[in-house]
Parts: sequence; C-alpha cells; structure tokens
Amino acid sequence: MVEKRGFGTFLVHAVLIVGIAIVCFPIYLTFVGSTLTHFEIIRPPMPLLPGPHLIDNYTQALTQGITAPVGRMLFNSFVMAMGIAVGKIAISILSAYAIVYFRFPFRMLAFWAIFMTLMLPVEVRIVPTYQVAASLGLLNSYTGLILPLIASATATFLFRQFFMTVPDELVEAARVDGAGPLRFFKDILLPLSVTNIAALFVILFIYGWNQFLWPLLITTKPEMNTIVMGLKQMMPTADDYGNWPVTMAAAMLAVLPPVAVVLFMQRLFVKGLVETEK
Amino acid sequence: MATISIKDITKSYGKTEVIHGVSLDVADGEFIVIVGPSGCGKSTLLRMVAGLERITGGTIDIGGRVVNELEPRERDIAMVFQNYALYPHMSVFDNMAYGLKIAGQSKAEIKQRVDKAAAMLQIEPYLERKPRALSGGQRQRVAMGRALVRQPAVFLFDEPLSNLDAKLRVQMRLEIKQMQRAVGTTALYVTHDQVEAMTLADRLVVMNGGVAEQIDTPMAVYERPATRFVAGFIGSPAMNILQGSVTDKHFALEGGGTLALEDAGYAEKGRPILFGVRPEHLRLVPAADAVLNLGVTAIETLGADTLAHGKLAGANGVGGELVARLPGSARLSVGDTLPLAIEPGMTHLFDAESGRRL
Repeated sequence: MVEKRGFGTFLVHAVLIVGIAIVCFPIYLTFVGSTLTHFEIIRPPMPLLPGPHLIDNYTQALTQGITAPVGRMLFNSFVMAMGIAVGKIAISILSAYAIVYFRFPFRMLAFWAIFMTLMLPVEVRIVPTYQVAASLGLLNSYTGLILPLIASATATFLFRQFFMTVPDELVEAARVDGAGPLRFFKDILLPLSVTNIAALFVILFIYGWNQFLWPLLITTKPEMNTIVMGLKQMMPTADDYGNWPVTMAAAMLAVLPPVAVVLFMQRLFVKGLVETEK
Repeated sequence: MATISIKDITKSYGKTEVIHGVSLDVADGEFIVIVGPSGCGKSTLLRMVAGLERITGGTIDIGGRVVNELEPRERDIAMVFQNYALYPHMSVFDNMAYGLKIAGQSKAEIKQRVDKAAAMLQIEPYLERKPRALSGGQRQRVAMGRALVRQPAVFLFDEPLSNLDAKLRVQMRLEIKQMQRAVGTTALYVTHDQVEAMTLADRLVVMNGGVAEQIDTPMAVYERPATRFVAGFIGSPAMNILQGSVTDKHFALEGGGTLALEDAGYAEKGRPILFGVRPEHLRLVPAADAVLNLGVTAIETLGADTLAHGKLAGANGVGGELVARLPGSARLSVGDTLPLAIEPGMTHLFDAESGRRL
C-alpha cells in the first residue's frame, strides 16, 4: 500500500467522489424521474429533487405497465436468469467432472469441441438456433428462453481448472474410503466447489438477466417479455410520447434483482475469486 | 487382520518396466517396512497393494484372496498418505467417520469407533475442528485415525512422516509402532528414511531399481547385508567400501596397500572384490596392533561420537577413503595418522561385478 498524507489523501478522495458522482448521477436522475408526473419530466428544466408520486408510479408500473405489467416481466426475467445460471452451472460442472476424472475415448476431442463453442456466442448462431427452437415449438416458452443459452464453455473451463488443482491424494483417499464416482462428486468435489459456484452464479445470473437479443426473437406475446426487452419497448417511439415516470420506475425495478444478487452473494463471490487454499 | 502374499509382481508404464518381479510374504500382524532411494518403485509397490495402481504381472493376495482386479474399497485396506489427504471441508470427526458412513455403519457404531480411535491418538479436543485449524502433527494423527477406525485387514503407510519436523517425526514413529502393536494389524510402510525403517520394522524390504535386494529383519540386514547396495544404504554413516582383490591371506587395495583378512577362504585368488567395514566397527588401537592406518583429513564431532574422515595410509591412488566412528572422548586433529583395528567378524566381502555378498 502506498501511504498518502495531507493533500494526497484529499486528492485521492476527490477523484473517487467525482468518479462515483459521474456513475451515480444517471441512476439518481432515473429515480427522481420515477417520482414525478409525465409533464414535470418533459417540461425543461427537469426537477432534480424527488416528487410525491413514487407510490402511484411504481404501483402502475408493477400492475399495468405499458405493454405488459412490469411485475410479470420481472418474473419472466427472474425465471430466465435463474434457469440460465443454474442450468449452466449444472451442465458445466458435470462435463468438467467427466473430462478431468474419467478416461474415455475421445476425451480430449470432447474438451476441445466444448472449448471451440467459445467462438460461437448466441449472436453468431442466432438464426439456426431460432430455427431449431421454432421447430421444437419453443417460441413463447420459458424452455425456449433458457435452453439455447445453457451450454457454457467458459464455466466448463473454469471448473476444469479448479478440479485440476484438487490434489490426487484426495481422490485416492476417497477411493480407499470406498466412495464411488458419484459419491465422491457429491461428498467431496461439490462442497469444495461452493465458492466457485457462487462466483459463477453471480456472473451468470447477471448475464441471463441482461439478455436482450434472444428474448426479443423468441417471445412475441407481451406476457412472455423479459424486463430488459420490455424496457426498450416502453421507450417512446417517433409518434407517441410514452409514459416516462412508469418507464423510469420500471428501469429502477429492473436494476434491483441483480443488485440484490450481488449484495447477497458478495462475500462468497469475492472468496471464490481469491480463494487459493484447498 | 490378514496375511499378504505378493508373488512375482511387475509394473510397466508403457514399455518401461519399473518393478521387475518382487515377491514377499507377510505374516499376520507383521510390520513390514519398504525402504529405498527415491524412484526405486517402493511407493508404486504399495499403491499396487492398495489398488490405486494397476498390476502388470504377478498376483497380490490379501487374507487368502487374490485382489488383482478388486477396487481399493473391496480390499479391506486403509491407507495413510504423505500429505495426509484429509477432506478440507469436513470436521475431524467427519473425516474419520466418512469411510464408515459409506460402509453403512450405524450412527452409534460410528461414534463409538471414532471416539475410541480419537482417545487412542489423543485428538479428542479437536474432533469438531476443520483440518486447516490443525498443526502438521495433529493432521497426521487424524490421517492415522481415519485408517484406524475402519479396522482394516492391512494398514498401508506411504511416507507418512516426511512432512513433519525432525522432533515430531521421532515421536510419531514411536506412536505408530505402539498403535500397530496395540491393534495387531498387518502393516506395510514405505519410507526413504533408513532410521525410520530400522526402528519400525519387524522385517525390512530394501528396494533398489525396482528389485527387492534384501528382505530380512533389521538386524540381519545390518549385520549381513545381501548386496553392496544394501550395505551402503542401511547404516549411517554408510559402510566403507574399498575396491581390490584377494591375495592369499590379504586384501590388496586397488590403489596400493593391503589389509590382513581373518579368513581368506572366501574367494579364489586375484578375484576382484569389494571389502566393506562399517565406521562403527573400526577402533583405535596401539600402533603395534594396527591393521590399517588412517590419515585424517576431516573431523566431525557429534558429541557422543567423533567421525574421522581420511585416507588409508599406503593408498596412493584413487579410493581408500574411509570413515571411522570413534568415541567422543578421542582427541583428534586433522593430519593425524590413526592406528585402527577392525572388530572381529565385522568385515563384509562383495563380488565386484554382481555386488552380491560372498
């Protein structure tokens, strides 16, 4: 650590405060917007202090929204983000387990095949994926929202690297103790991976929550919209003037779940990223 | 409790054979130590008994049952690893109970067995702790406890003390021996430390280059080493080995000089042989009785003993280097010439080519 005194300390804090202000101001403005009426917002200058309509706006957003109730969209987003995070972790931890601990023909081929998919993010394969999803009748369904996004090379790779640091003697001790492959996975490997799983969960939940393009394609009914694409649709387009307070309220609501996940998992998340002790 | 019978066991990795046919019969309750330099195949041999390494050839039989194709858990063994291999997320109690839990023992039975083992190893106060909150010696005890609670037919130890400091090692050595005596379970113990090997073993297996060079009691290995390698490996400081040949009643040193042999009936004349004598079997005598004279080049004082390193007087070329272990009271200085005699019956002769004892 570099020790700073007097002016140095002041400067460091000043820079940090300015930085935080720049980042936080738009969020504050959104919050202020969600407590005003539509006409207060569109008549310049927009007030910088919260107004009295907080409860009205949020109630309207949650129950009616503009295209669909925000409550419904939040629920859709939550299901999708949870599904993607849990699904990705489940699939990748199992495939990493297979690749690291079992000798089977074409093992390395399987690993590299998984690894290669890193080069094919959703955007690249979106048309064929849509075709497959549509043929399987997955449009406007949670399965359709979640399933095509579940395969994850990154998470598989991460778990593979972690498993390779687990000492061989631990595996051997478990074998001598009489633990079969599934037992070893459940009793030893899974508890050891908890912090890694938590860190991945945070990242993947936010990844799932922020999905825009795929939900936009796969859902056509308003009640299947997710919050991120719903927000875009709430924005006023050329020929209408929208409902800014409700849109702002929806934006505030959309931010809350990821923030909650990060706050709740923060301790495990940091531990998962820095943990070296086995 | 069981006997182990290892018959002509071999192990190859690809085309390289690392163990070339080792055979060993272990009696019930016997403590066998496998000792050798690193890379001699001693750990591989142990791991084959454990079932962690496939057997290329030969058979291993535990308690009258050939176990070649059995999984470790079906062999009725327990193993203590060098780095302990404790499950880091489990408490000491759970670590020790894990094998029993898998075996489907009742809760009461598990608790009773773990408590008994914990009392024996004096780790009762730590049962609720995680391994990372324990010192090295305590972890070692937990690893032993984990083996103990399973009441296996055979204990396997893979260099269990090499991660401990010297003082603790001596203490744990005694405890392992006492524990094994108390439960009377057959044990195979791998180490590279010859002091550990000598003190623990009922019988020693000295391995070198994938071959068991000698299998015998520690004293027999010390007194009558079967090969030149064993002679040099067991005993500290190592046995003095001199090259030369037999001439009548004398041993002619390669670099010049002769030693009188008590009994020259060993070998035909002129045959190249190795002459061995342990440092502790050389003693200071009046100059008139000297069998050999040592020109001292370095001195190590250990307190009880003094080690005199030097070169034989009369050995002018290569070889002839010798160490003598003399009483600590001997006052020596570099440059002295010491008149030494060999204790009666304490010479060892080996064939120069095969290294076999003559």
